[in-house]
Amino acid sequence: MHRRTLLGATAAATLAGLAPRTGRAQGGAAGVKIAFMATLSGPGAALGTHMRDGWLTAMGQLGNKLGGVPAETLIIDDELKPESAVTKARAAIERDKVDFVVGLVFSNILGAIARPVTESQTFLISANAGPSPLAGRGCNPFFFATSYQNDQNHATMGQVAQEEGYKRVFVLVPNYQAGKDAVAGFRSRFKGEIVDEVYVPLGQLDFAAELAKIADAKPDALFTFMPGALGVNLVRQYHQAGLGRIPVLSTFTVDESTLPAQGDAALGFFTASDWAPDLPGERNAQFVKAFEAAHNYIPASYAAHAYDTAFLLDAALQARGGNLADKHALRSALETVKFPSVRPSFKFGKNHFPVQDFYLCKVGKRPDGKFETEIVRKVLTNDVDAYAAECRMPA
Amino acid sequence: MTSTLLLVQLLNGLQFGVLLFLVSAGLTLVFGVMDFINLAHGVQYMLGAYLAASLGTVFGSFWIGLALALPLSLAIGLALEWLVFRHLYDRDHLSQVLATFGVILTLDEATRAIWGSAPLNVPQPAGLSGGIMLTPALGYPAWRLAIIGAGLVVAPLLWWLVERTRAGMLVRAGSTHRAIVSALGVDIGRLFTLVFAIGAMLAGFAGALAGPVYAVAPGMGDTVLILAFVVIVIGGVGSIRGAVIASLLVGLVDTLGRALLPDLLRLVLAPAAARQTGAALASMLVYVAMAAFLCLRPAGLFPVRRA
Repeated sequence: MHRRTLLGATAAATLAGLAPRTGRAQGGAAGVKIAFMATLSGPGAALGTHMRDGWLTAMGQLGNKLGGVPAETLIIDDELKPESAVTKARAAIERDKVDFVVGLVFSNILGAIARPVTESQTFLISANAGPSPLAGRGCNPFFFATSYQNDQNHATMGQVAQEEGYKRVFVLVPNYQAGKDAVAGFRSRFKGEIVDEVYVPLGQLDFAAELAKIADAKPDALFTFMPGALGVNLVRQYHQAGLGRIPVLSTFTVDESTLPAQGDAALGFFTASDWAPDLPGERNAQFVKAFEAAHNYIPASYAAHAYDTAFLLDAALQARGGNLADKHALRSALETVKFPSVRPSFKFGKNHFPVQDFYLCKVGKRPDGKFETEIVRKVLTNDVDAYAAECRMPA
Repeated sequence: MTSTLLLVQLLNGLQFGVLLFLVSAGLTLVFGVMDFINLAHGVQYMLGAYLAASLGTVFGSFWIGLALALPLSLAIGLALEWLVFRHLYDRDHLSQVLATFGVILTLDEATRAIWGSAPLNVPQPAGLSGGIMLTPALGYPAWRLAIIGAGLVVAPLLWWLVERTRAGMLVRAGSTHRAIVSALGVDIGRLFTLVFAIGAMLAGFAGALAGPVYAVAPGMGDTVLILAFVVIVIGGVGSIRGAVIASLLVGLVDTLGRALLPDLLRLVLAPAAARQTGAALASMLVYVAMAAFLCLRPAGLFPVRRA
């Protein structure tokens, strides 16, 4: 009896000793580990799901290898809680020894983890959130954004309103920082009169009071920024209130993550984006087709940016021959490497944000009855964000 | 602010109030009559919306979805009562809050697992999806008028049920003199199950009505639940009459506050500051009103007498 216990203990000890070694063989020195962090539960989960599925589509096409190196993705839900995101990001870096943290839907989550991640000299790549501090004075050698600086989409809409010759525009945004940034971005390029600025609480159910005001003010156009379920409410109620004749210039209000719920009510709404499913180019057409085949819905820009992020890492690691140790050289590779982007013009500016084109898009219905945003025209060419000039990127 | 605009805002407040009434009617009965705190009431609202939306999509008509959602909401209410709530009636309020909060988390996640986390597409009610022109310049959504109409039918019906029928009399008696009613040979347990099921069905009905207007998404019941609690605190726990008055009050205060406050503040503040403070104050107004009522009438507008 006694001997058997001893044998058992020895066996257990051997197994325990072996386990970490096999773990390391899969994802350690020989491989590359990526922490993919996005909001996958709660009200913002739809956006995170798009992003994750975009990443998985790319990894599937790359055979789970980046630059020929076997890659392991840890999918992490940030729960849209900054404190929980920081804890999980630290665990991924210190315990799981990840080489990259990618994803990030919301700016406040990115803001919370940016410092702990970059201070540990781990590369942080945002596929959506692009807050101004990280684009300007707070730009960081270890931080990249494959999406945009948040203000750029709003500024694009300001430019559209200006070019269309609108004189009186009604502004409707949620009452929090991003809402105020949206107004500032819009105003940076629109010089006409803002008839009224209305701020609604986040999580507002009913826009009836605001819609009645809009009808009463009879503006030339409405500028609005209503992400997620807010946008679903607004679009549906806008249609019901019979305001269809007032054009809607929106940002982050109608996209492929909300259109399935908005349906016909969103037809004709305008939005500004750096990407749309019908963006011309063979590469983009292939992506949309592969994504739909794998996940059975139309990707939004979150998915496209995540997809691009995977191919950026692939190209950078390829250029470095899989060498992750020399962080400085890896950073240079990320900055300059050419990768097959779904966007026709993509390159990083000196603040590690893209310098790219922005388009006016309109909600349309595809022949198969599904809704998507479709490009109307290019508004800004090779646009550099307003904060890049403040960035002093260390060499 | 023109008088037509004011009229539209009044209608908006009324419509929001009616929706709140349908949710809080069930909550106030369950809380007042059975002394049971059911946080999961908002989930039943959400499930009603989801059932009406998805069944409406399957059968191609909102009306069929609405008709099917009612008995299904009733069934879900009965099932929840039988599985979970029945075992909590004799526990203290803290256990009830904990357990029903657990039901919220479970069902919210289950909804997400079944329908996904993106808001659902809802078929528009045929015949009522457009707007009705109140004046040549100002339209009003027909569906919102229909919601007001539904409230005008349900409220008297419910009042009649509780105040004028034998079942209602037993429910009222059971709430104050539970032991005596059961000593007279009435099955109190079954009576409470009935109250609970009707409450669940009303919440489901409200959800189904809200579907074409609001986003049908996981967690949609949580905001409504908070306002429903405000309503029953103001109206008096257990009182249908209180629930009617208080929901209309909350609906009107919320809507008119949002519509008028920023403009009123502009008289005394700079426009930019007025907009920001006005928006912030308007979202607080309902809770300020509740605090005021708690100070002046702690038992609510129409307190139910207790033994």
